[in-house]
Amino acid sequence: MTSYRLGSGGAINRGQSLSFTFDGQTYKGFEGDTLASALLANDQMLIARSFKYHRPRGVVTAGSAEPNALMTIGSGARAEPNARATVVELYNGLAAASQNRWPSLKHDFGAVNDLFSPFLGAGFYYKTFMWPGVLWEKLYEPLIRRAAGLGKATMQADPDRYEKSWAHCDLLVIGAGPTGLMAALAAGRAGVRVVLADEGFRLGGSLLSESAAVDGRPAAEFAADIVAELASLPNVTLMPRTTVFGWYDDMVFGAVERVQKHVASPSPDLPMERLWRVVAKQAILATGAEERPLVFGGNDKPGVVTAGAARTYLNRYGVAVGGKVAVFTNGGSGYRTAADLLAQGVDVTAIIDARPQSADPVPESVRVIRNGSVIATKGRHRIEGLIAERSGFEEVIGCDALAMSGGWSPIVHLMCQRGAKPVWSDEKQAFLPPDVGGAFLAAGSAAGHASIGDCLKDGSAKAHAALEALGRLVGALETPEVEGEYDPSFVPLWYVPGARDKAFVDFQNDVHVGDLGLAQREGFRHIEHTKRYTTAGMATDQGKLGNVNAAGIVAGMRGVSPAEIGTTTFRPFYTPVSFGALAGTARAEHAAPVRTSPLHNWARKNGATFVDSGLWYRSAWFPREGEKTWRESVDREVLNVRSNAGLCDVSTLGKIEIFGAGAAEFLDRIYSNGFLKLPVGRARYGLMLREDGIVFDDGTASRLSENHYVMTTTTAYAADVLAHLEFSAQTFWPELDVRFVSSTDQWAQMSLAGPKARIIMSRVVQDDISDAAFPFLAARDVTLRGGLKARLFRISFSGELAYELAVPAGYGEAVADAVMDAGHEEGICAYGVEALNVLRVEKGHVTHSELDGRTTADDVGLGRMMAMQKPDFIGKRLSTRFGLTAADRLQLVGLKPVEADKEIKAGAHLLKDGAKPSLANDQGFVSSACFSPTLGHFIALAMLKSGRERIGERIMVWDGLRGSEVLSEVCPPVFVDPENSKLHL
Amino acid sequence: MRYSAYSIFKEALSGNRMWKPAWREPQPKPHYDVIIVGGGGHGLATAYYLAKEFGITNVAVLEKGYLGSGNVGRNTTIIRSNYLLEGNNPFYEFSLKLWEGLERDFNYNAMVSQRGMLNLFHSDGQRDAYARRGNGMRIHGVDAELLDREQVRRKAPYLNFDHARFPIMGALYQKRAGTVRHDAVAWGYGRGADARGVDLIQHCEVTGIRRENGLVTGVETTRGFIGCNKLALAAAGNTTTVGRMADLELPIESHVLQAFVSEGLKPVVDHVITYGAGHFYISQSDKGGLVFGAEIDFYSSYAQRGNLQTVEHTMEEGVSLIPGLSRAKVLRSWGGVMDMSMDGSPIIDRTPIDNLYLNCGWCYGGFKATPASGFCFAHLIAKNETHHVTRFMRLDRFERGYTIDEAGRGPQPNLH
Amino acid sequence: MASLITCPHCGTRPKEEFSIRGAAAPKRPSPTAKDEVWHAYVYVRDNPKGRYQEYWHHIAGCRRFLVVERDNLTHEVFGVTDASEFKWAGAAE
Repeated sequence: MTSYRLGSGGAINRGQSLSFTFDGQTYKGFEGDTLASALLANDQMLIARSFKYHRPRGVVTAGSAEPNALMTIGSGARAEPNARATVVELYNGLAAASQNRWPSLKHDFGAVNDLFSPFLGAGFYYKTFMWPGVLWEKLYEPLIRRAAGLGKATMQADPDRYEKSWAHCDLLVIGAGPTGLMAALAAGRAGVRVVLADEGFRLGGSLLSESAAVDGRPAAEFAADIVAELASLPNVTLMPRTTVFGWYDDMVFGAVERVQKHVASPSPDLPMERLWRVVAKQAILATGAEERPLVFGGNDKPGVVTAGAARTYLNRYGVAVGGKVAVFTNGGSGYRTAADLLAQGVDVTAIIDARPQSADPVPESVRVIRNGSVIATKGRHRIEGLIAERSGFEEVIGCDALAMSGGWSPIVHLMCQRGAKPVWSDEKQAFLPPDVGGAFLAAGSAAGHASIGDCLKDGSAKAHAALEALGRLVGALETPEVEGEYDPSFVPLWYVPGARDKAFVDFQNDVHVGDLGLAQREGFRHIEHTKRYTTAGMATDQGKLGNVNAAGIVAGMRGVSPAEIGTTTFRPFYTPVSFGALAGTARAEHAAPVRTSPLHNWARKNGATFVDSGLWYRSAWFPREGEKTWRESVDREVLNVRSNAGLCDVSTLGKIEIFGAGAAEFLDRIYSNGFLKLPVGRARYGLMLREDGIVFDDGTASRLSENHYVMTTTTAYAADVLAHLEFSAQTFWPELDVRFVSSTDQWAQMSLAGPKARIIMSRVVQDDISDAAFPFLAARDVTLRGGLKARLFRISFSGELAYELAVPAGYGEAVADAVMDAGHEEGICAYGVEALNVLRVEKGHVTHSELDGRTTADDVGLGRMMAMQKPDFIGKRLSTRFGLTAADRLQLVGLKPVEADKEIKAGAHLLKDGAKPSLANDQGFVSSACFSPTLGHFIALAMLKSGRERIGERIMVWDGLRGSEVLSEVCPPVFVDPENSKLHL
Repeated sequence: MRYSAYSIFKEALSGNRMWKPAWREPQPKPHYDVIIVGGGGHGLATAYYLAKEFGITNVAVLEKGYLGSGNVGRNTTIIRSNYLLEGNNPFYEFSLKLWEGLERDFNYNAMVSQRGMLNLFHSDGQRDAYARRGNGMRIHGVDAELLDREQVRRKAPYLNFDHARFPIMGALYQKRAGTVRHDAVAWGYGRGADARGVDLIQHCEVTGIRRENGLVTGVETTRGFIGCNKLALAAAGNTTTVGRMADLELPIESHVLQAFVSEGLKPVVDHVITYGAGHFYISQSDKGGLVFGAEIDFYSSYAQRGNLQTVEHTMEEGVSLIPGLSRAKVLRSWGGVMDMSMDGSPIIDRTPIDNLYLNCGWCYGGFKATPASGFCFAHLIAKNETHHVTRFMRLDRFERGYTIDEAGRGPQPNLH
Repeated sequence: MASLITCPHCGTRPKEEFSIRGAAAPKRPSPTAKDEVWHAYVYVRDNPKGRYQEYWHHIAGCRRFLVVERDNLTHEVFGVTDASEFKWAGAAE
């Protein structure tokens, strides 16, 4: 193994050696290395296989546009697939593994695809695998799926934390190269709040890679000095390792900071990554430019790198990309690369310049082939040589690396994410960022400027424009002198003719020039069609390297300007972002907040089993010793409520306080039934419709004083009902004096139900609650023995004599305990929502199982609650439409199995006895079902076509899903105490 | 030219130089029997079936962008027929049956992959609702199974079974549901229609609808006036804009729905999965990218891009459902403009103008409907009568009180 | 749109604090208006491309319904007013 590490130079800490592994082999690198630079230093040029043909691939860039060097970093639950080695910061113990190869990177069976590549051109899969149909899912697709894909996702839970934060600034500078540093400095000195974000771990961008001198110092030193000054300014926030991935409305930028991705042992006290939403008054795009690869035969061999990448590895990391480097260029970048390599003692075998002439200074002793091209490369796992061509003559040139430069493309991505398209410039031969208005300005090479000097100047100029917009303009910054710049201009060369091998445009997806041609021939001519048909630009690099070349090549094939071809759509994310960072803390048990009732602890003490109900935990049942199934507990609770008494936590029901002189009128318009005449001290059941005449929610409203009501809603609709009230009051009837506040969390509310409820309640409440003094539907403030003020409502969901007692939340547990004590002799039990559900089904009370957003009041037997004589209420007008009043609508009925031991389940459908299961014969469905311990058999509520006129009919309860059919009798939906005698005890 | 393994072999031997264009690029003729506005999935499918099933080939499809540039090219590729209501279920089942034979029908491999779909449930109430739906499917002969937690775990062991805020209780499973390579659907229908004589006219935007004596006579376009006997609108996302040219008043609001794709990964998610405690849904493409989405952005929008809050919310649900996704990376997000109808269901119907036909309101379920939508719309246009599976999908159902409210959320389009 | 909304009562707040109800354009008709008017109010939407008025509910703030006027293509916000001050243009009665 040859070491390609130079003896000196580079921004690496040679005193700090780091050990890492690649495919199990241990290597050494230095602090300041990327994984890619460390691999190159260790002669690891072959580091990946391509997606489709499994061709051997090496590093081709030194940055985030890298298409080839994808690896899995780490193992177990921390494994991250598809990491780009070119941006992975080296740390001690880093374990990297190559992907998409079997059995090994060197000997990859999948490479056989390359032999069959004539049959596997763009879109081949659309034209075959159609016969026989069964084989697609059984054979072809599994094979394709297994062959496709890149890295393996771990599929284990992530052990690390993630978090999110907002940041606010006057100016966001995206990119900390020459442009961004100058922009940040100008703004920082002016005293505005600046955020400078850069995806790299060291601020300085291209200055870290260039051999020019700035302000009399090496460029990297100059960068370090500016960074130091910025760091000293309290109004400037430096954000290295932070990728701005998206530009959203109102100048909000999404960014992700890799807080601990580069750390050998992550601290549990810090997040792995942090998502930032940066709100900026102004922003400057200083993202630089991407060097275009040249598209020539065999341009994908390991060892073929962009010229700029070769310089970065050389100057920043002290690594030579090869021992004998050839250069293929159409501009000054190639010459500078040759000069830099020579200066570090690396052999440069030839410069092949596609242009007939240029003014670029030719380094001594280097041969230049002008008007030349590369038509093929030799070697397999690393380039061994190339075939150059000039005027029909071919020549083999030996080399172990090839630096290529096809010119520069501004990185316009972020600026084009909100619909504006980049603009082709004939002068610059590049797509430039669009004008998106004054708040977001492109600067430096992102705006088409090429030289370091121009970038420095443009950075401070754009900062001044931003400062002017902010009203904080100060004197201009002096632009530092740059010495030893090269001429970065180039002559466009989209495609090098005469290729002997595939000339790749999109390396990762293996899209070559032939594919683009095929797409044109087959009619996929729009650049979006070309992209989608060939998959060019759809790899993990999203075409950062290849898309502009693809547009240029297609333009050439069509004989038009690239301006006519345009680009595909730029969309977030600039580079891929982890699910973890975007999800933040909302995961696992913390995916949503937990709401617990003020009586939660009371329920727990009484042994409750809890159940999710939206965000709430509700007590479902209270098992006692010896009870083996939930049914045993629920049956006992139901029977006890029917014969003695039970206490149930109903705190989760929505509670809304309603105040104002207009409250009565308001409620009268909100509910379908009348509310104007509800006296103080009384509760009323109310039905709320949507404007389309369908039932929205039900509940009660109690008039506590002349202008004060308290409304209850179902647990699930509490928030929606409050919003509905606010909407109606604020937009329909702003003239009504009415106000609302939710008090759901302020009150602990418990339902005491059963024939012994009164005697128990009277031991807790001071006031007279005899039937005469506190009749059914009474509702008023009471005083508990001990002096606590409370609210008492005589309402019942169970059909029993029942009270709902509301006390301030903090007293809930104590009061519930007191009620339990007071009821001990009467045999009180705690009961949960399961028993409550059985009790209500036995009484035929509806819930959202019946009120499913499609039912009318009449459907569920509440037609009498439609007070049509009222001039207006929400839902009145549309409730009389034909379809809502048709006779064949589904109507609420009860069902009981003909054979008493048969079980009916909710979700079963209904068929006429003897009818075949078919949609035409479908008569409705079971909305709620339970075992009734009171009756000793299953009962159900169902929605049945014209149901009310079919009482007594036998109907088949059809549950094909669970394989049961239960012949049942249609009955009225009230199974227990239809006369309501128990309510009025 | 017929596509097959043989054609690939033969063409490869001649350097792949002889492949024919998938469709012509014709100049618009002055007049057509039928003009279809919208060269997306539904428009192209309509043209295909008009030609193939009803023998009407003097047809033009006018597309303002490129073929398939609307929602057929920006969705999450899911097909299924697990609908609850009588107004929807037979239609989507018809569609699924058409998907099942589609590739051999139009000689294009759209990669219809019936990999099965799991609709997870997390509460008793959800289970009951899915049981009702599943029985509704079964009663119509559609496959449906109700799986318990352990059965779900066996199919998708990577789901969050251990640390879930809303534990998975089970799933409604439709084995025949799956995914399709979305672009290929547009291309397959387009190619099939073109081969039967339909003119596919790209980059031709309709700017006006000309009417005489209460009937449509043709359309003004960016490429001039084009006459027709019948005009059919299949311009989801722009329905209101086009409809207004004929003074249609529509129950449609435009909203943007975002979707996402991850970097390529080796096969991990083998089914289509929906999260019952949120709106997240996910599958994995044959190429390896996880394709997923969640809710619409909730505000009216004609922009094909979305909001960061929705992005974050989608990922929160994704990681809550599949904890192992945390370290995988999202590659790209995009947005499609949805015709959100007032009851969440589509409209395939005649209009008050006798020779103007309407196909719209697909909300975010239009992709799976593509074959049946095309077939039934073609049926309506050709025979001037409604195909029986679309008999509930009427424009006047709102006035008559026969809405098809699958979600039960009423006339607020952003809730469907 | 709208990553940020400037509530007339609470100031500039992130979208996360709001829930969106829908088009503000249709005005609730009088109880005696014709069936067609009621139908149009509940079901027909103007749905213009461009300038748009929409109800946003500041649920995590003042809990007022606001009418946000904005462009639904560019997502530019032109103004935010309290719903009680919103004037319907040519509303059918």
